[in-house]
Amino acid sequence: MTEALHIKGGRVIDPANGVDGIRDLFVEKGVLVDRKPAGAAVIDATGRVVTPGLIDIHVHFREPGQSHKETIASGSRCAASGGFTSVVCMPNTSPVADNPATISWIQERAASTALVNVFCTGAITRGLAGEEMAPIGALANAGVVALTDDGHCVQNHGVMRRAVEYARQFGLPVMDHCQEATLSADGVMNEGEWSTRLGLPGWPALAEDLIVARNILLAEETGHPIHCQHISSARSVRLLRDARRRGIPVTAEACPHHISLTDEGLRTFDANFKVNPPLRTKADIDEIIAGIADGTISILASDHAPHAPYEKEVELDRAPFGMLGLETELPVFLEILLHQRKAVTLPQIITMLTANPARLLRLDRGTLSLGAPADITLIDPDHAWTYDRNDSPSLSRNTPFHGFPLRGRALTTIVGGRVVWDLETGFPC
Amino acid sequence: MTTAPNSWTHKDLCALADHTAGELTTILDTATAFKGVGERNLKKVPALRGKTLVNFFVEPSTRTRISFELAAMRLSADVVNISASASSLEKGETLLDTARNLEALRADLIVIRHKSAGSARFLADRIGASVINAGDGAHEHPTQGLLDAFTIREKLGRIEGVRVAIVGDILFSRVARSNIQLLTKLGAKVTLVGPPTLVPATFSALGVGIAHSIDEVLEESDVINLLRIQHERQRREYFPGVGEYTTRFGLTGKRAARLRGECLIMHPGPMNRGVEIESDVADGRGSVILDQVTNGLAVRMAVLYLCSGGAPFSRIEPNTQTP
Repeated sequence: MTEALHIKGGRVIDPANGVDGIRDLFVEKGVLVDRKPAGAAVIDATGRVVTPGLIDIHVHFREPGQSHKETIASGSRCAASGGFTSVVCMPNTSPVADNPATISWIQERAASTALVNVFCTGAITRGLAGEEMAPIGALANAGVVALTDDGHCVQNHGVMRRAVEYARQFGLPVMDHCQEATLSADGVMNEGEWSTRLGLPGWPALAEDLIVARNILLAEETGHPIHCQHISSARSVRLLRDARRRGIPVTAEACPHHISLTDEGLRTFDANFKVNPPLRTKADIDEIIAGIADGTISILASDHAPHAPYEKEVELDRAPFGMLGLETELPVFLEILLHQRKAVTLPQIITMLTANPARLLRLDRGTLSLGAPADITLIDPDHAWTYDRNDSPSLSRNTPFHGFPLRGRALTTIVGGRVVWDLETGFPC
Repeated sequence: MTTAPNSWTHKDLCALADHTAGELTTILDTATAFKGVGERNLKKVPALRGKTLVNFFVEPSTRTRISFELAAMRLSADVVNISASASSLEKGETLLDTARNLEALRADLIVIRHKSAGSARFLADRIGASVINAGDGAHEHPTQGLLDAFTIREKLGRIEGVRVAIVGDILFSRVARSNIQLLTKLGAKVTLVGPPTLVPATFSALGVGIAHSIDEVLEESDVINLLRIQHERQRREYFPGVGEYTTRFGLTGKRAARLRGECLIMHPGPMNRGVEIESDVADGRGSVILDQVTNGLAVRMAVLYLCSGGAPFSRIEPNTQTP
């Protein structure tokens, strides 16, 4: 049920409209309106920050096919309790989201079970195999917002080039998980001092850098946007910085774990620290943060990747890559970027979680414009708390942030004018 | 983890990196006492009577398994050997479930060899039985590191200041990593020798020197430890072949002649005669390769004994000690 709302007295940060100031917001029939509707329920936002609903363009909700890890329902609850009103799901489901039927299934499932807006990506290649082009036109018609083989990287440059050229006619951005497979080989962690100490196969930053360079060249060649997902390496940041200065249509995202944790986290062989691309070094963290600060990296995302406890409770080299992210995403970004490093301002962080991802994927979200869907997040950027994974609505528990003291979190999440989560009262259903 | 010298309070031995110089010296001292047992006519003491040890070798091994088996028998433990093919791992059971089943059968000590780095630690953190790492992937082989250090100390009388060259496939070697950990903690000066692909620069973070030519280290080493060189399919992109390796890194008779007179020649076995070491050198002056095998038994007795809660020994006359 949507209701009329009066969100009163908060500091409204709406980067899409260049707004940052104390003002009231009004919601009626699920959209933002310019005057107080009759009978509006009042939400007192005094001392709070009010932003467009946050957008995460990189999540794995595991449906269809792996609902023991996460479902669209449980994943969307993680999103809501992390302040996210829109998510973009990766296509590595089972079956792979490389066909319109699977996209329709996900959309219908989301319509009936999700608390937040769920957008789909389609695969670049059939079965994520990197060989044959997926039916990109049919995927576009089915409503995907981007193409990606995430989890895999299209190794064949000819295939990638044709896919980018082909996607261009539909205006679909291509997102890439940058990993050159002959260099990353059987690597399970960053190649460096800690892989040397632990005797674990290394996944060198070079494997990311090479594909980032490839994608820069392809974006320049085709004039079509390529988005580099979850950047983990300092040199990739430098390549992207240079390319963006030259006006090449390439964008990049950073994840919370890649700015807060290093490969030393694996010293006890804890599989909760195993992620792809891997945690790297302090020098990489510093350069990624510099890239966020100077706009080289313009989008923040989680790569929320749930895995069941029994799947992670194995020898490290056999454990799957990935970690939960949605609930700790905003808090870790605030803790590291705002409080610890003072690298960016709060409005900059909000921009990278709202207007920038919306612009890349052409979503009608990430704005508090009048008439826009009333997706709104209330935030206390200083709220001190400790993350406890046992409180998570996820079906999985694979997080390295359990027990982390954090500053900042979402307080209330509103989707289409409806409060879908509130720190005090929890979920409405 | 800090501990007083001459003490050991751990149920497991997973990695030498986890332990202090004092703790590791405790193991070496206790091994000195146990070495005497092996020299006696009656080679058995009752220290682990009533305890059950499982040799859980998921990766093939002969020498290490037999050494642990004999060590356990000399301590009067009951021993069961399980190989990968005889375990339920092949039926899809997880490593953790297999280990829990062994524990449910009241195994007191589990000696594990496994191809995955961290597998010993993984089990040690999750089960109550003592877990002894007999080699986990390319990570560590703690008892090999201990027996190498024991042999150096026995032959040269000290470890501090001793110059040790470790030659070969360092990148994939758990023996090298355990040696590096222990020897650097006890004050030896370690140099790793091999081609840059097998001795990458990242090793310098471990407090060791790196050389890419064996000829650089011959005159300046007190110990040369030669690792088995393999040229299986997965190594072919790391170096061109055994012939080129031998030419550049093999310890030939000619090179051995340049070694200092008292230099020890070590090898963890199994040796490739004529590849990393010339046959005559392996059998010649300075070779302590078979002493290493003998000492391995004493070191493993000490490890099993200490991890079972036995009281450490300080360095005392071996023959008067009856543990």
